[in-house]
Amino acid sequence: MAELEAVIGLEIHVQLATKTKMFCGCELSFGEEPNVHTCPICLAHPGVLPVVNEQAIRYALLIAAALECEVAPRSIFHRKNYFYPDSPKAYQISQYDIPIAGAGRLGDVRIHRAHLEEDAAKMVHVGESGRIHGSGASLVDFNRGGTPLVEIVTEPDLRGAAEAAAWARLLRETVRQLGVSDVNMEEGSLRVDANVSVRPAGSKELGTKTELKNMNSFRFLERGIEAELARQRELVEAGGTVVQETLHFHPEDGTLHPLRSKEEAHDYRYFPEPDLVPIAPTEEMLREAREALPELPAQRAARYQEMGLAEDVAALLAADPETAGYFEQVVAAAGGVETRVAANWVTGEFSAALRQDGGEANAAESKVEPAALASLISMVQEKKISHGSGKAVLTTLVAEGGDPGEIVEREGLAQISDSGELETIVSAAIDANPEAAKQVRAGNQKAIGAIVGAVMKETKGRVDGGEVNRLIRARLGT
Amino acid sequence: MAGMLDLTVVQAHEAMAARDLSADEYAEAWTQAAAGDELNAYLWRPEDGTDGAIAVESPSIAPVAVKDIFCTEGAPTTAGSRILEGYRPPYTATAVRKLIEAGAPILGKLNMDEFAMGSSNENSAYGPVLNPWDRSRVPGGSSGGSAAVVAGGLAPWAIGTDTGGSIRQPAALCGIVGLKPTYGAISRYGMIAFASSLDQCGPLTRDVSDAALMLAILQGADPCDSTSVGLPEAPRLPDREDLKGVRFAVPTELARDAIEPGVRDVFEATLATIERLGGEVAEAPLPHAEHGISAYYVIAPAEASSNLARYDGVRYGMRAAKTGGDVIEMYEATRAEGFGPEVKRRIMLGTYALSSGYYEAYYGQAQKVRTKIAGDFAAAFEDFDFVVTPTSPSVAFELGAKTGDPLAMYLNDFFTVPMSLAGIPAISIPAGLAEPAGGGPRLPVGFQIAAPAFGEQKLLDAAYALEQAVGFDAKPGGADG
Repeated sequence: MAELEAVIGLEIHVQLATKTKMFCGCELSFGEEPNVHTCPICLAHPGVLPVVNEQAIRYALLIAAALECEVAPRSIFHRKNYFYPDSPKAYQISQYDIPIAGAGRLGDVRIHRAHLEEDAAKMVHVGESGRIHGSGASLVDFNRGGTPLVEIVTEPDLRGAAEAAAWARLLRETVRQLGVSDVNMEEGSLRVDANVSVRPAGSKELGTKTELKNMNSFRFLERGIEAELARQRELVEAGGTVVQETLHFHPEDGTLHPLRSKEEAHDYRYFPEPDLVPIAPTEEMLREAREALPELPAQRAARYQEMGLAEDVAALLAADPETAGYFEQVVAAAGGVETRVAANWVTGEFSAALRQDGGEANAAESKVEPAALASLISMVQEKKISHGSGKAVLTTLVAEGGDPGEIVEREGLAQISDSGELETIVSAAIDANPEAAKQVRAGNQKAIGAIVGAVMKETKGRVDGGEVNRLIRARLGT
Repeated sequence: MAGMLDLTVVQAHEAMAARDLSADEYAEAWTQAAAGDELNAYLWRPEDGTDGAIAVESPSIAPVAVKDIFCTEGAPTTAGSRILEGYRPPYTATAVRKLIEAGAPILGKLNMDEFAMGSSNENSAYGPVLNPWDRSRVPGGSSGGSAAVVAGGLAPWAIGTDTGGSIRQPAALCGIVGLKPTYGAISRYGMIAFASSLDQCGPLTRDVSDAALMLAILQGADPCDSTSVGLPEAPRLPDREDLKGVRFAVPTELARDAIEPGVRDVFEATLATIERLGGEVAEAPLPHAEHGISAYYVIAPAEASSNLARYDGVRYGMRAAKTGGDVIEMYEATRAEGFGPEVKRRIMLGTYALSSGYYEAYYGQAQKVRTKIAGDFAAAFEDFDFVVTPTSPSVAFELGAKTGDPLAMYLNDFFTVPMSLAGIPAISIPAGLAEPAGGGPRLPVGFQIAAPAFGEQKLLDAAYALEQAVGFDAKPGGADG
């Protein structure tokens, strides 16, 4: 049997950080007392009508521009009908066959569409299950109901869990930089669902997909997709078939469970929302959106290459905009540091030091101030400390923060730059290793290592390796 | 001032301007008249209790009676349904607010067919309204209360809503004027939705001038209603006296056989009056209009099935006392108890029409028919100024006559639905009296005139000229009644 290839598409809900809700004047809020940001409209009183939030349209146009989407000249809203207490009208106003944004692209992933809709109210199920079925009571908080959302749907262009999570991060950063959303997965202002299927490698047809929900961090997204891919592969390899269903991710143990069919089996009876007129963005609105676009990761990568970074390092940094931002602060903090060297430190030693404890490499949230890293790199470049000492200082910085100069001082790591002192140590090392000295004199260059090692041990590494080598050879006349 | 209740609103305002009539006294006289309601027309009057949010301290224009489909802050609003029993809205509909701001006290809230679904007012959860011309007969619907109070001397004027004829048909059956404006002329905000793409607010008045006056107050774009645009010009009181050079089209396909002989006679006589005033009458094809009812009874229930889904007993209104089980069972029990049979029928029709696999065959197809009907009118208006028909195929029928036959009831809207589907304005004016098909005292007959979208001023002018020439002055219980 041919190897099974993963096929993944994502559906991303982005809560827009507008001042007010999608169809009424209530303020957006998070974490406030329940049901204080409500009005007759978002509580669906009889006779009320929705009015589209213009800022939400502008934000959606900004997202469309960033994702290089085609914008529909006249997009329309539909009603998605369903009975559930989180939907007071018993329908959600969404977009269906004519969304505001059509085909686009972000990185290597094609965007299928992006549309505007309203968020549901928040349900709190009292009782053990945490779900409506079997709960003792359900409470509804309408503060969230009616929050503007943009739903972004990708084509099934992703081929692995890690790739999907990395792309979702890129999307989050792209949206964050537009300033249109808080994009916080834990608070739900960014929600990523995944459509997952497998197929024989090389096949053009799509396998039956399952829809994964409730993965409220990138790590959960990756774990959820991984678990589902493993399940599907095992199933298909054993001759079984995947059943189309929605699976709910359980963060406690990383397992996936199907939602009860009663919650899922809907005929939404979509029809055009008669209370709203089409969205017809003016040329001016479209131009404003294009002009308001900040530098996005892809453009940033190009700029980094112009700054002298290698293509792979530039791409690596631009794809992780948090680290990229950090990198730029490092470069700005110390004019003397070569950008290429700074990039290597940020993506190499620094990133490794951050991951030492097995955590995620989050430069922005580390204790290391960009200026501190810049000054550390300067010290190494100016040979004030050795490269090895630099790594040691970095470990201390990651653990404690602080000023690298002080750490160097405190731990006596300053490079021995007094050539007299160094020569004395070298002499002593040669004297202590007569056999090695003899071999070196006889032309065995490898034997020099023992003498260098002795110098390093004596100086605790506070010397420049090249300089030590040069001194030993001079001394031994080779 | 003696006989002040006999004045039209325009006449009363003239008397107020001339200081012959005190607005307070006038309002008080109407309050007393409304208190004498024997037609089951008023569901609520301020004396029944209110928090005062909609009170008008010093009236400056005639008090107005309001169909109970308009939300009134602090005052009960039921839409004629059990499911909204006890509901007092936290806000006031734009149309009502405009009347209040113009200085019109609210005389009360008027009975209606439940959620505006009906043509006889017999679908009200609060009992039928009686026709002031003959209390054994229906007043028409769904704005039956609005028509009955104006015809029966219980209010100087009223507002109603028209989705497929709900202003025009009761106005015709009660012998008054009813105007359905162009879709979008008046805000729908606060008007409880039946079929959002068709619903429109409008005046029910004694004469055409009063209708123009009320339209001037009500019309206008509203930031709370994205589909409202207002009229291009503020309406003025009509003063046209002839119809010289004005061209009236009678639909070629007008189903004369379906019209009661008495109604047909009044219609033909009115066409003759138009010609006498210098107007031209000719036939024009409206080939798709006959499918109006079919399209309407897909589109309106489809939208209603969605609009009425919010009545679930959770946030306001009635909740079934005994539910047990989960929230879905509570919804089901509340809706089973709270909605009447016609509302349930239309929710089911609409839900079916929108269902996956049936959408194109029903809703999609109905929308195509709607577009064709609008096209028919557009074509007619290239050659004609107006299209005219009888408003209703019959005069007021007896209570209970059609309740067992929904299709027969739906056919009451045969002549009014096409204009609603096309979104164009249409007015019904009383054109005479006719004997019912089954015999009995003569009853009012309405004459419907439809105009191109936003052609309200021309429509009012022509209707006024015709009204003056027809000289309809019969009154319920009068010499003829």
